[in-house]
Amino acid sequence: MEDFRFFIEVLVGGLLSGLMYSLVALGFVLIYKASGVFNFAQGSMVFLAVLSFVGFMELGLPFWAALPVTIGMMVLVGMATERLVLRPLVGQSDTTLLMATIGLAFIIEGVAQIAWGVDVRRLDLGIHDEPIMWLADNFEILISQLDIAAGIVAGLMVVALALLFSRTKVGRGLRAVADDPAAALSIGIPLSHIWMLVWATAGVVALVAGMLWGARSGVQFALVLVALKALPVLIIGGFTSVPGVIVAGLIVGATEKVAEVYIGPYFGGGIEGWAPYMLAVLFLLVRPEGLFGEKIIRRV
Amino acid sequence: MPIDKIARRTLAGLAALSACVAISAMPTAALADEQYFGIPSNRVGPYAAMGTGYYGGIIDYLNYVNLKGGVNGVKLTWTECETEYNAARTVECYQRLLHNGDKKLVVFDTLGTPGAYAVINRMAPDQVVLAQYGYGRTDAADGAVWPWVFNAAGQYWAQSTAHLNFIAQKEGGIEKMKGKTLVHLHIDTAYGREPIPAMREVAKQWGFKLVEIAVPPPGLEQQSQWLQIRREKADWVTFWGAGSGMNSTAITTAARIGFPRDKMLYVTFGGAEEDMIPAGDAAKGTFVAANAVPGKWPLIQDIEKVVYGGGNGNLQNPQRIGTAYYNRGVGAAVMWVEALKNAQKIHGKVGKEVHGAEFRDGYEALDITPEKLKELGIDGMLAPFKLSCAKHDGAEHWRMMQWNGSKFDIVSDWVGPNDPKFIRTMIEDSAAKYAAENKITPRTCP
Repeated sequence: MEDFRFFIEVLVGGLLSGLMYSLVALGFVLIYKASGVFNFAQGSMVFLAVLSFVGFMELGLPFWAALPVTIGMMVLVGMATERLVLRPLVGQSDTTLLMATIGLAFIIEGVAQIAWGVDVRRLDLGIHDEPIMWLADNFEILISQLDIAAGIVAGLMVVALALLFSRTKVGRGLRAVADDPAAALSIGIPLSHIWMLVWATAGVVALVAGMLWGARSGVQFALVLVALKALPVLIIGGFTSVPGVIVAGLIVGATEKVAEVYIGPYFGGGIEGWAPYMLAVLFLLVRPEGLFGEKIIRRV
Repeated sequence: MPIDKIARRTLAGLAALSACVAISAMPTAALADEQYFGIPSNRVGPYAAMGTGYYGGIIDYLNYVNLKGGVNGVKLTWTECETEYNAARTVECYQRLLHNGDKKLVVFDTLGTPGAYAVINRMAPDQVVLAQYGYGRTDAADGAVWPWVFNAAGQYWAQSTAHLNFIAQKEGGIEKMKGKTLVHLHIDTAYGREPIPAMREVAKQWGFKLVEIAVPPPGLEQQSQWLQIRREKADWVTFWGAGSGMNSTAITTAARIGFPRDKMLYVTFGGAEEDMIPAGDAAKGTFVAANAVPGKWPLIQDIEKVVYGGGNGNLQNPQRIGTAYYNRGVGAAVMWVEALKNAQKIHGKVGKEVHGAEFRDGYEALDITPEKLKELGIDGMLAPFKLSCAKHDGAEHWRMMQWNGSKFDIVSDWVGPNDPKFIRTMIEDSAAKYAAENKITPRTCP
């Protein structure tokens, strides 16, 4: 019984960790879905967003004022990215766009550190990263309040974004642009506005992810590396599916934790860094478009 | 043009030419009174908090010495190179810093084991001292095999066993360790695994169960590792992490599974103010080993007054003066300067620049007595030690600190390994094995 309870705890912990990865992966999906660009700079945007948020609070802004100011800043960052990086590259190959976002990642990281410094900051959201005592007392399972909050936030964001994509005019425009930018332009969909909107939204998603990760691990440069956790989520869920991100996040989180605890000791531990990537490679072999991704059929 | 005018102009020209020659010769004379240092700092990236504090401390002390008139009149100069705490970039920086005009590097301090391992074999041929200040390759403490490498602030085998000694003291004695379970939670790198051989030996001798659990870098997710710790019903956790992300996450995850923080003991490079603050209240009670104790010691106060008072401080945030990383950097730089003083004296070059081999002799002659520490204004901040031809590891003692929520409280005197002879035997065995594998003939030490 104790072993089973331990397994459940590992599994639930993994599922909740997976939702934290989904939050980061959502930003990638948004941009890929609307522009076909794999935004390598998403991790850097997470770092910039939360570092700026904490920085504004250090300058004296209260929480409720720092939040809209940071959202505004991320919208501006998104718009500037579209105007200065993507628009001049319209019509270039996917590889060129990917390289541009790699460059963008380094620029964002550098600017963020110059602007706000490299000190590690604490972020208190008022949600304790401690076990919920009711669960601990009744089921002897320790689940953190912050994990539950992150799960709820991730769920709400997915619902909101899924509705945005499927039920609104803007969302349909986004999908049309992603499908065929030239055709979308020819029927009057303003490509640049759509891209601007989606980059701004990705900036806001980055802020939310950054706040939850920052509350758990401190606001620091290492947050750019959480993007590495999002990659297998994207491969498994599919680069274009918002709900897919959640399902894949759960799969990745559960797999890495169960693998680390039950298989890791046979390999000297530390396998959770690469176990999700191994799973992602298996998915690529069997279902390259991911669980919920759009199947691409090309004439050859 | 009259002859006298031509003569006057010729004389004036010659005078100007000789003045130019004299002026051009002057920098050479001035340069002879300068000692060049190369600083492989890391000011950006995930380890920036550590790098800015440590190298900030080093540069502030070099500045301080210059403002006090240099080392017997020799001005200290330096050039920085950004490594981002990356071993490949460290090698690149080493190459770049090795020569600076007609100056050559005499000492290199990577502030990290991966970087130290990457350059360690270059030290002897290039005649550069590798000053591993409390990190790096442990068996380099055998000076017979590694004449160019030093661990002046202690090596990891001694530190890990000092941790165990402190834990035994808290438990009520070595005999009380029998049957206990101790988890060594470590970053999955050479640095994280470095103390394991010594810990395994002590576990066998004392009869406790040692469980080794690895955390893949960057370590922002440690749920599975801490669940394993809970399943093992660990009595103590020794934590060997790197980077504030990993270090603070270990604390917050321990809190999430309800593991008591006053049963966690952090390695020197895992436990500084920058690692505790992000974890908030969860960090309260965590123990940390210090080879350079934080605080405003007399020297640190004087640096603040002289260097920062004159607007020459290196730290972006002067509130970090006196923190663990900063004081460790000052400690490292004190050793450079004391080694330089020794080198000048030993080789009859007082007031002159020394080269690598002379600096090495000066470093090996370090004898940091309690009186010397008092004279320097850091009595209590560093442990006294003496190096020799064979013994290249300095103070094998650490003071234990405990985080009280806003700062570290010092909770012990200097703690060392329970059996230093046993550690020394391990070091010599390992170094001898390395020498045999690499066909190195160890030098003879008196």
